[in-house]
Amino acid sequence: MIWDKEKECIEREELAQLQLEKLQSTIHRVYRNVPFYRRIFDKYGIDPDSFGSIEDINKIPFTTKNDLRENYPYGLFAVPLREVVRIHTSSGTTGMPIVVGYTKNDLKIWTELVARVLSAGGITKDDVIQIAFNYGLFTGAFGFHYGAEKIGASVIPVSIENPKKQIKILQDYRTTAIISTPSYALLIANTLIEMDINPNSLSLRFGLFGAEPWSERMRQEIEEKLKITATDNYGLSEIMGPGVAGECLEKKGLHIQEDHFFFEIIDPQTLEPVKEGETGELVITTLSKEAFPVLRFRTGDLTRFLPGECPCGRTFRRIDRIMGRTDDMIIIRGMKIFPSQIEAILYEIEGKQPNYQIILERHSGADHMNILLEMSEDIFSDVMREQTQLLNTIKERIASEFGLSVNVKLVEKHSIEKIGEKIKRVIDKR
Amino acid sequence: MLKIKNLDVYYGKLYTLKKVSLHIKRGEIVTLIGSNGAGKTTLLNTVSGLIKPASGNIVFEDKEISKETPEKIVKIGISQVPEGRLIFKTLTVEENLLLGAYSQYSLKKKKQIQEDMGGVYNLFPKLKERKNQLAGTLSGGEQQMLAIGRALMAKPKLLLLDEPSMGLAPTIIKEVFEHIVELRQLYGLTVLLVEQNAKSALKIADRGYVLETGRVILEGTAEDLLLNKDVQRAYLGRDLDAEERI
Repeated sequence: MIWDKEKECIEREELAQLQLEKLQSTIHRVYRNVPFYRRIFDKYGIDPDSFGSIEDINKIPFTTKNDLRENYPYGLFAVPLREVVRIHTSSGTTGMPIVVGYTKNDLKIWTELVARVLSAGGITKDDVIQIAFNYGLFTGAFGFHYGAEKIGASVIPVSIENPKKQIKILQDYRTTAIISTPSYALLIANTLIEMDINPNSLSLRFGLFGAEPWSERMRQEIEEKLKITATDNYGLSEIMGPGVAGECLEKKGLHIQEDHFFFEIIDPQTLEPVKEGETGELVITTLSKEAFPVLRFRTGDLTRFLPGECPCGRTFRRIDRIMGRTDDMIIIRGMKIFPSQIEAILYEIEGKQPNYQIILERHSGADHMNILLEMSEDIFSDVMREQTQLLNTIKERIASEFGLSVNVKLVEKHSIEKIGEKIKRVIDKR
Repeated sequence: MLKIKNLDVYYGKLYTLKKVSLHIKRGEIVTLIGSNGAGKTTLLNTVSGLIKPASGNIVFEDKEISKETPEKIVKIGISQVPEGRLIFKTLTVEENLLLGAYSQYSLKKKKQIQEDMGGVYNLFPKLKERKNQLAGTLSGGEQQMLAIGRALMAKPKLLLLDEPSMGLAPTIIKEVFEHIVELRQLYGLTVLLVEQNAKSALKIADRGYVLETGRVILEGTAEDLLLNKDVQRAYLGRDLDAEERI
């Protein structure tokens, strides 16, 4: 179902007018109310009256995560604090968190946009939704919570619990849709198998997953193990939270909410726009936000615009699934490789989500890539020959795909160091 | 229906509108709010052709009209109800209405004009009661209705209303605004409403734009604008802090 047909199926020409109007008023408000942006405009001699088309946006320098951090906590708010009715923070694993405020209108629009994403993912008022995101400063849970209520679905705010408790609720409350990270969904699916529960005995039909990059293979695995339709969605606290983009049931990329945000994709090295369809860093400008507007924010997320129209009828463009973070982008011998590409190969060969780490080293001027792969029950084998064969298969696949010879080493389970919950995918020692 | 892009208007060397963009869809009531001197009336006068913009586009039903004469603009379907009504006080009500039909006028159309007048009288029965009275003897509210009725005689698709509430008592304002909503229901009219009385305007509008010193600083659905604290403080006459203290 399309939640807001008038907006989501807007004619492109009409959208261009709307985006221009919103950009112009956003720039006037930001210039008047946010000293950080006023300084930038004045420093670079940018006249806030000089924005005659959406393309003029490229006069404005990019806003980085660091800019947001340096204005901790409230420096970039465009309204006085008393007009802010909600505060969240970004889930930054490093350094200061970024504090984001919402006015009443910001919350209203956020709720609408999440309702669109939920509807696109198959949710209706008849669904019983289990939200398995952490309720707290993180935007994921609250964002989905209010969007689901807006649709009229029944919301179970479970938050993060142990998987067995999640499964008990899935069973007893007859949950029809689950919202979580894809890895958490997989954990639940695997626990289900361990507990020997037939997924067909559940009422579960849909899953909306986001907040971390995942692959098509992982989608298939989740769909098969949970017997659901799984869609991808994207959002980030710095911009709003979930609801920035989401897949429809075509499952061919995420529709971006172009009536409230302007999206660009740039080369993270040259900062120039990439050629149409090429992968680069997603840059977002908010067009409606009152409390925390940002101009040309570098998300650090890698994706590309998908060409063509979507059969679903929505006219909003689509981006590909997030391929990873710019910090993780590997440039080796002039080639750009994303960990997600290596991951896809490992996944395919190993047949399950791999735990791995890429280490880049330089020996006498030449760059080398080493891959550490954690052993699992499936890989672990006493037969040396089988291990060698596995490693050779991986090396050959990477060589044929990227023309790059790599070293692959099997390591003990849980031996790769984690930062919080996550393995740092790339360690660059060059 | 109407699409305005990057409109620059100067009064002498001073700009009154700076890169103003806005749009109105068929059947919408869109309001333009802002304080005195923000450029609201200038914008209406530019759309109706009374003022020529320095640059920018005004597209009405896919036709560029920024260089057209006011006469032509009335003919293609845009009528303006000016601020302060500007009715002819020494003419009768009916004569005033007939003047509004001048763009339609030709002998063949006489019957049509009579029918249109009947439509206006249906909408505003008070005007019918007083059709032979001099317009100057009408009350403020009636004069406003006459001004709207006169604009309707040109059979517009888009009605530009400039401060219809000005100088009227609150109960009369309510009545006038109810009539504006009725215009849309009965005639399918699209309305661009300029108002200092932001609260009344936002209550009947679908969307709104806030103009400040010739620039659009805020736009959104009427509902969103009513919730916006800046709008509340500046244009809805609410001192929030004072209210909080009470």
